[in-house]
Amino acid sequence: MMHEVIWHGRGGQGVVLAAQILAESAYIQGFRGVTSAPTFGPERRGAPLTASTRISDEPIRTVSQIERADIAVVLDPTVMGIVDIFGRLKEGGVVIINTPHTADELSINGCFTVATVDASGIARQQRLMVAGAPVVNTPMLGAFARATGLVALNCFEKGLKKKMPADRAVSNFAAVAAAYDRTVITPKEERD
Amino acid sequence: MAAYPITPQASLSEILSRYVEGGELKAEYVRVEGEHSAMTVCISASTVGARVFTATSSNGLLYMHEQLHWAAGSRLPIVMCCVNRGVGAPWSIFNDQQDSVSQRDTGWIQIYCRDNQEIIDTIIQAYRIAEQVYIPVMVCYDGFVLSHTMMPVHIPDHEQVRRFLPPYKPHTILSPEDPRTINSVLFPWRRENPQGVLCDGYMEMRYKLQAAFETARTVIADTNRAFAESFGRDHGGLIWTYMTDDAELVMTGMGSIAAEAVAATDMLRAEGIKAGVVGIRVFRPFPKDDVVRAFSRAHAILAFEKAISYGYEGALCSDLKAALYGTGVNAPIHNYVAGLGGRDVKPRELAEAGRNAVALLEGQTMKNETRWLNCYTG
Repeated sequence: MMHEVIWHGRGGQGVVLAAQILAESAYIQGFRGVTSAPTFGPERRGAPLTASTRISDEPIRTVSQIERADIAVVLDPTVMGIVDIFGRLKEGGVVIINTPHTADELSINGCFTVATVDASGIARQQRLMVAGAPVVNTPMLGAFARATGLVALNCFEKGLKKKMPADRAVSNFAAVAAAYDRTVITPKEERD
Repeated sequence: MAAYPITPQASLSEILSRYVEGGELKAEYVRVEGEHSAMTVCISASTVGARVFTATSSNGLLYMHEQLHWAAGSRLPIVMCCVNRGVGAPWSIFNDQQDSVSQRDTGWIQIYCRDNQEIIDTIIQAYRIAEQVYIPVMVCYDGFVLSHTMMPVHIPDHEQVRRFLPPYKPHTILSPEDPRTINSVLFPWRRENPQGVLCDGYMEMRYKLQAAFETARTVIADTNRAFAESFGRDHGGLIWTYMTDDAELVMTGMGSIAAEAVAATDMLRAEGIKAGVVGIRVFRPFPKDDVVRAFSRAHAILAFEKAISYGYEGALCSDLKAALYGTGVNAPIHNYVAGLGGRDVKPRELAEAGRNAVALLEGQTMKNETRWLNCYTG
């Protein structure tokens, strides 16, 4: 079975790196097929962009772009009014959003499981900042682990170490674990 | 190593230059002001006995064009990556294969890769091939869709690579101790050299290059076999096949589009359509005997191409038809131009083209026309 993930955020937030760390960690978890890709083309700091991760038990043959994902991860809630996130998500899919609000407060229509976590708040609390902005890409991996159950936290810990220096991997993993604990999942049945 | 950065090749040349700077790769990185010079540096360095590498894309490859002929005519075992990208005008940084396909007749071996493991393995094979037949090798892979997609890759062990690919020992090295004139003007006739030996003329040297291409077919297949034995990974020699044994509908293409056809085959098989794929791994020398065997049982053939020979059809389709002419393989061949300038090619689109080809088998006459996949004008 293949799980397709689209990451939404803005240039400079580490969207592409998050997609890569997920692929790396899923491979450590034991998935034979993993790929990650940025939006093909030029990228600009601050502009909305996406990246993608595919996770599968079998090696993956396709390198085409994901049309409708099983899971959408939103690093920056401000892109939600600009980008059609739900148009690129399968019915019954999971959307994981960095927000201080609850799923009900976000008033999301459609048959989706909504997971929320205040990744920006966690990063600020833990002083995980780059150039004055909270690092939100790695905490969202913790929310991903909680919301999907596909990749265990210890695999993310190992995956982080492969993508960044050891000291940064430790501080980032602390945020991953905190986000895991604080992610609130609202299944589609419980939303009206 | 000499390269000029161009998207989507740039990450490759940047990382290699970092390896050189950090001492991980024992090489000299020559910075140049353009791709014509990059190839000229490779030609010069190869002439004095170095193993050389360069990489480019798109208009960068075309800027090299004159030197591509020169490298092949000089019979230098240069290896180059072409990270396939559409050609301007209009500008596109995105993927298609017009760049390398349009360089088909420059005298280079061309190998197209379908995933990232095949790229690294093929580069190792490419040196062994080039250094046996003295023909430069272009290792082509799709820009962005392969170059910027991360996937698990086994990095071959250094010692194992050295056993498979011993250090390069050129048959001739130009040096101050042994001055020679290389590639001087030749006349339409053969001539004696100063020692009184009758030497090849221009035409004989061209014949020998073509003859080396004929030999290269065996060398490429043998190299793949030896690689598979050493490393346990078989990417196919001149072609690779997927479920072709009983396939009635056979899809073909070069590079990642052939991998998408594999995914499309799985979809069609699930519907009961006997589909299969012939991946054209080596475009030059053209695998003429391999394709006759591979397509011998096909009822319909679909050739998907990320390039067009303006005024006719896809170059692969033309070559395929030429190879099958007179062999008794008379299956209709549907030509599709697809994915130009990075337009995404999806397995479901190839599967749909396959279903149409199956429908056409029922009592319809074959029209010799090229269709453009997912292209709407007006």
